[in-house]
Amino acid sequence: MAAPPSSTTVISSASSLADSLFQRSLDDLIKSLRSDPSSESVIISRAISEIHREIRSTDPLTKSIALQKLTYLSSLYFTSMSWAAFHTIELLPSSSLHTKRLAYLAASLSIHPSTTDLITLSTHQLHKDLTSLSNSSSSSPFLPSLPLQLLSLAASPDLSTHLAPDLVPLLSRPSPLQPKAVSAAYRVLSLCPSTVPVLFKPLVDCLSSDNPLTVSAAVGAFCELSAPPNDPSPYLPLAPEIYRVLVNSRSNWTLIKVLKIFSRLVPLEPRLGSRVVEPICQFLRESQAKSLVLECVKTVVTCLPTHTEAIQLAIGKIKELLSADDDPNLRYLGLQTLRMLAPQHLWALEENREVVAQSLIDPDRSISCEALRLMMAMTLQGNSVEICTLLVKQAAKSDPEFANEILDSVLTSCAKDFYELVVDFDWYVSLLGEMARIPHCMKGDEISRQLVDIGLRVRDARPELVRVARELLIDPSLLGNHFLYTVLSAAAWISGEYVEFSKDPMELVEALLQPRTSLLPTSARAVYIQSVLKVLTFSCNSYLEESGSAVNNTVITRMLSLIEMTVGPLAESDEAEVEDRVRNLLGAVRLVGNIKDHSGDKDKDGMIYEVVKGMVHLFSDEMGPVSTNAQKRVAVPDDLDLKENLADLSEFISDDDVDNATQFRSKDSILLYPRNHNASEEVELGPTRLAESTSLEEHRKRHGLYYLSSDKEARESELTEDYPLVNEKLLPLNGDTARRVKVTKPRPTVVKLDEGEDLKTSSSLSNKEEAKDDALSGAIMDALLGKNGEGPASAFDASSSRQGTSKDKEREIKSKKSEEGESKNRHKGKRRHRHRKEPEPGVSASQEKPVIQDFLL
Amino acid sequence: MIRAVMVISTQGKPRLLKFYQFQPPEKQQEIVRYVYAALSGRPDNVSNFVDADSIFGPATRLVYKHMATLYIVFAFDSSENELAMLDLIQVFVQTLDKCFKNVCELDIIFNFNKLHTVLDEMILGGQVIETNCDQILKHVDDIARIEKSSSTKSLMPKSISSRFGQ
Repeated sequence: MAAPPSSTTVISSASSLADSLFQRSLDDLIKSLRSDPSSESVIISRAISEIHREIRSTDPLTKSIALQKLTYLSSLYFTSMSWAAFHTIELLPSSSLHTKRLAYLAASLSIHPSTTDLITLSTHQLHKDLTSLSNSSSSSPFLPSLPLQLLSLAASPDLSTHLAPDLVPLLSRPSPLQPKAVSAAYRVLSLCPSTVPVLFKPLVDCLSSDNPLTVSAAVGAFCELSAPPNDPSPYLPLAPEIYRVLVNSRSNWTLIKVLKIFSRLVPLEPRLGSRVVEPICQFLRESQAKSLVLECVKTVVTCLPTHTEAIQLAIGKIKELLSADDDPNLRYLGLQTLRMLAPQHLWALEENREVVAQSLIDPDRSISCEALRLMMAMTLQGNSVEICTLLVKQAAKSDPEFANEILDSVLTSCAKDFYELVVDFDWYVSLLGEMARIPHCMKGDEISRQLVDIGLRVRDARPELVRVARELLIDPSLLGNHFLYTVLSAAAWISGEYVEFSKDPMELVEALLQPRTSLLPTSARAVYIQSVLKVLTFSCNSYLEESGSAVNNTVITRMLSLIEMTVGPLAESDEAEVEDRVRNLLGAVRLVGNIKDHSGDKDKDGMIYEVVKGMVHLFSDEMGPVSTNAQKRVAVPDDLDLKENLADLSEFISDDDVDNATQFRSKDSILLYPRNHNASEEVELGPTRLAESTSLEEHRKRHGLYYLSSDKEARESELTEDYPLVNEKLLPLNGDTARRVKVTKPRPTVVKLDEGEDLKTSSSLSNKEEAKDDALSGAIMDALLGKNGEGPASAFDASSSRQGTSKDKEREIKSKKSEEGESKNRHKGKRRHRHRKEPEPGVSASQEKPVIQDFLL
Repeated sequence: MIRAVMVISTQGKPRLLKFYQFQPPEKQQEIVRYVYAALSGRPDNVSNFVDADSIFGPATRLVYKHMATLYIVFAFDSSENELAMLDLIQVFVQTLDKCFKNVCELDIIFNFNKLHTVLDEMILGGQVIETNCDQILKHVDDIARIEKSSSTKSLMPKSISSRFGQ
């Protein structure tokens, strides 16, 4: 520290001399890494500390080797090199091309505006290297490609604005650098919309360059600019230029990109479709390049679905792809393109169903997943039974991962829009049961949710639900699978709730109390025990009413003793939930214990009868689905003062109650509430309830307000029309497919509360993206309309007059003729005329520009 | 656009990584791990495409070629054609093959810079700029030549001259 500056210099230069003499090269580092792979991390950390020292060296060679090693370690061993950003930028101006290239490589791999703002320091150096060709003839012609590469990967808006003018000469002068300049200009342009006035016109000019590579790069740039989520409409006026590339280019690479651009423009301007369909059909018929044919198929399928000839050709090609037995790539792509036909040309999917089903068992996961998506895409009400049964069978044979993927697709698509695909709920419910039994099934949560949901929403499905639940409950082997606990718990709830459909209550109780239930988690066990209580209540009631033939004296006796024997020990359970319910159950058993002596003794029977009736009442409340928006829809009356009187109630409502309620609500995906709570109130009206109701009474008296209808008629009407109204509006089906639906029995009603129950709004999601995109497309619109003084509008005039090369004209005339012929054949002349008269509002962009108008007419 | 070019050994070691949308090192490591897991589980003689939505975003895909001890992988989005990408891998492999005379994993390990040079002549910022492997090779050779001549010009004095110059 105390040493004079001169001696520090001496020391540092001596140490850096030692560094450069004994420095390990990159090859040395790689060799040592390879020689001892086990101690890799030690070698790396030693190397990093060496690099820390070496990179501060004043010797450029030492420094550059250090940077090279660091780049290597950072790129392939993921060590951070953000600390070295400054050293990297320091080496950019090096006079040695080798060092310079190392520095640029290091910068392009490690520097990014999101991690460091040091990149701004290199602005001048990038400018110097970009313009090196025009400034000195001696420098390497490859020099500008280095800053172009860096710009394309690490440009910041600031850097883009400063360097955009330097790109213009590179864009406009034909050279091997031109394609690179185009690609870099695209990145700069998309990053920084303010560079549009500078870069857009030269970019457009590149579309008509003589160098095919430049054209290819320019088409690629516009393909990216128009790609979603960007708005493609600003590029509509470029359609004539791009069309010329389509008919003139010989490069498949270029043509593919051109087709991609058109597939984004045609939906905006349907008249473009009839222009491009001809060359596309020609490629489909004649091209040998599979990649180009594939792109043509995609274009036709996505944006020319009304052009019959093109569609026929495309579907033919898809079939060819699907039948390529020796090439899985083509089969994969065939399936993928087939899926694009889904909503409009379902018949084509149906035609190939065999191939698709076959592909489900393909060893290739990509193919089988694609086939699965296709299967789901072609599922309709009419064929859902067939397809879903096939899929579930397939799932049973597949490996765990794919099996769950199949189950997931089946469950999601069948449950969509309130089980719209499902006509026969008995079938679907038993399918759910089957799915649960598939080995490795991990979709228990969703299956149980749907089982309960169907129980609530579809009355007609309840008998079958109970049957399926029984099968699940009586199988002791299922109790060992922890993925199924939620399903079993749902099954237990269903068999308790809808016990009236059960054929053999005794068997049910035995299943619910079998020894292996001890394996269940507390939550499921609690449901089991509660269900036993429901079954017991039901059985006693039917015994007393002597209507149920299945229940007789012996059955009740056995049931009671079984419950006492198995549940008794659980009364001391550690789990509050279980203990609570066990005590309830045992209490009930004791209450009705004398029932077995049912002998006609009026007084005694009468008492038991009362008790049982009361308990039946307790469970007779129908559970219904509750809309998640239900609370919100109740308007708060203006004169409602929640604070004034209800504050008196606070002593009755403890915090615990509120907590419990919210807890349950957040836990359960389905909200349950008793519909006719009046009945239950009568049974368990305790002193607290009474007090509560009196204070409510008082409140009503004072304010004359009745939030809930309490008069008799209303209550009765509530009881009869208690069940939520059914929303029977179904989505319209394709006429074609609707006819094919063979409904053997009427579809039961599914209770829907509101259409928006499951809808999520996504508008806020894309706001930010849109804002940025708007800036870019707005700037481009401006550039195209020539608002920036001497704008490219004149360039278009020039280029459209240049259009008149004889070859072009010939083609133009030819296609126009063939179009006219077509339109005459199909009697579309009239529609065309109308088009001309009143252009759609959606294509206002094209109205302002005569260029495209001329092109289309 | 092309999102990334990766060469990963069948042991799961990255040999060349180039991301055309910036990824911090931790994310890069995660991507390599994911891609390796996705590819190493695939049997031979299956298609060369794998969905990559979960790692590169919606509608992205991987195309790969398994050559001896290496996976050569390109990640791309909906602006690229699948079969064209497969061809591009072929171009890349052919170029490397010509460049190193029967390329093997060792060539790739020891020629970090040259590999990047080859790649940069073929793809810039995720856009394909050259697909002719002879042209690519010519550019790479030209660069090497110019680099050599510029460094022989100043080889001796390089480190020393700057030292004396100070």
